[in-house]
Amino acid sequence: MRSDLTLIHQWVPANSRVLDLGCGDGTLLHSLARDKNVQGYGLEIDPDGITACIRKGVSVIEQNLDEGLANFEDDACDLVIMTQALQALRRPDRMLDEMLRVARECIITFPNFAYWRHRVHLGMRGYMPVSKSLPHAWYDTPNIHLSTFNDFEALCRDKGLTIVDRAVGIKNHEGRLMSRLWPNLFGEIAIFRVTRQD
Amino acid sequence: MPEQPRDSVGLVRPQKAHFDDPLPLACGRTLPAYDLVYETYGTLNAERSNAVLICHALSGHHHAAGYHDEGDRKPGWWDAHIGPGKSIDTERFFVVSLNNLGGCHGSTGPSSINPESGRLWGPDFPMVTVVDWVDSQARLADHLGIERFAAVIGGSLGGMQALQWTLSYPQRVANAAVIAATPKLSAQNIAFNEVARQAIRSDTEFHAGHYANHDTLPRQGLKLARMVGHITYLSEDAMGTKFGRDLRSDDLNFGFGVEFQVESYLRYQGDTFSNSFDANTYLLMTKALDYFDPAAEHQGDLSMALAPAQCPFLVVSFTTDWRFPPLRSRELVNALIRAGKSVSYANIESPHGHDAFLMPEPRYQDVFAGFMRRVADDLGLSAISTEETAHAL
Repeated sequence: MRSDLTLIHQWVPANSRVLDLGCGDGTLLHSLARDKNVQGYGLEIDPDGITACIRKGVSVIEQNLDEGLANFEDDACDLVIMTQALQALRRPDRMLDEMLRVARECIITFPNFAYWRHRVHLGMRGYMPVSKSLPHAWYDTPNIHLSTFNDFEALCRDKGLTIVDRAVGIKNHEGRLMSRLWPNLFGEIAIFRVTRQD
Repeated sequence: MPEQPRDSVGLVRPQKAHFDDPLPLACGRTLPAYDLVYETYGTLNAERSNAVLICHALSGHHHAAGYHDEGDRKPGWWDAHIGPGKSIDTERFFVVSLNNLGGCHGSTGPSSINPESGRLWGPDFPMVTVVDWVDSQARLADHLGIERFAAVIGGSLGGMQALQWTLSYPQRVANAAVIAATPKLSAQNIAFNEVARQAIRSDTEFHAGHYANHDTLPRQGLKLARMVGHITYLSEDAMGTKFGRDLRSDDLNFGFGVEFQVESYLRYQGDTFSNSFDANTYLLMTKALDYFDPAAEHQGDLSMALAPAQCPFLVVSFTTDWRFPPLRSRELVNALIRAGKSVSYANIESPHGHDAFLMPEPRYQDVFAGFMRRVADDLGLSAISTEETAHAL
């Protein structure tokens, strides 16, 4: 399983009701159902992802996240998860509102644009970064709202949200300590656990 | 019959089950006794856990897969999905498909004899609903020794029956697939049905439904009804691609004969249908469509109506279906979510309109096959050897 998914798997409480936005092939929901008796739905638009979920027995709904979550009631779930999809949405800020309407808590991961390799790519070489976490060229990328650890924290602050936990997804050979101390520089993937203040 | 493909169930024979237990109907009347015609494909395993029920749409019947005889040009109506190695894999599943009550393909209906009068039922055949069909199908399941279906599956009106199964007999359905259906008809849907019914009822040969006594048939009316229906089953794109504005000859005639290819096609489809389908059955089945509305008993709250359902659902719609558009499937999906049920939903890109549910669209097949494979795996169904056949059939 992807490193950010492994971490999220540990964060999700047993027996909770989870909504996974952009659930891909359903790997996370499937393992959560198997190991932690987690119930819930995945939302996905990729046809292959949807078929893979159905084959696994993961409840998946074909739904475009840009159209919102109106079909889920307030507090319908315990937790909303969105891995590597925030940056592809038209209005990430509105999605954050929606996620924290449907559940009190949410977990979000996205590629950190301020990662040092990206900085080198852009700062030294003058090209838009292409990396494992940002594998597309500038012209065909689905990632239309790139941001950094700092940007996301600022957004949470503006919205009055509480950041319960923050972690980084890193390449294996890079020091955990470095990325913990300077996540905005050494974290390739940003992982946040956020709650609303009721 | 074309040379038999390896993934066909091959030659099949319809069977008939007779029921003497009176069936109380939603309309308040009771059907004293009745026959149901059905076909089966594959083998019922010793645990009787691998049965799948296929529910048919408006003009469908029991012949869902395979061929009746060597001379058959076309296989059953859902042959694309039923057979060895297909989505509904007959090496793992035992498939049951029947002709509904009120039908005109062997099951008791308006063109059968009313045992009490000794005459044809005709228009006096009681109105049957989706709920009644499901009750009669449950009795067929009893007759076949099937306590619980691995899956109940249907498209269009068949999808409504699959949904009703999960509400009427939740314990007897392990999985349900509701394809190109709707939790209730829209006013526009009912309007189209009413045009079809009026076409039949205003035919001078209709004789208030007693056409058989007058030794005639309301062919024109039934043909018109089918033409209207047929338009709603196709998409504008599918019609455009198939016919465009192509003419049958090079010149315009400035008359009302058949000039455009699409006119010729619709007339042909209407004629074929009016020679093989019973008008009273058509009236009855369109009414059954109109009446279906499980939410009605719950002040229109569909999620409340869905409370009894226990099984995982697969809901599938098609992008160009304007008879029951994707939005109507979404309505069902959202209500299932609100009710906390397990549901997967796929909206399949297809140019074929409502009829797409009968076609072998690659993504549709992937989704459906994935669902059925999970059903089989969950129930631990392996490929069945012929010795394993259940005995009480």
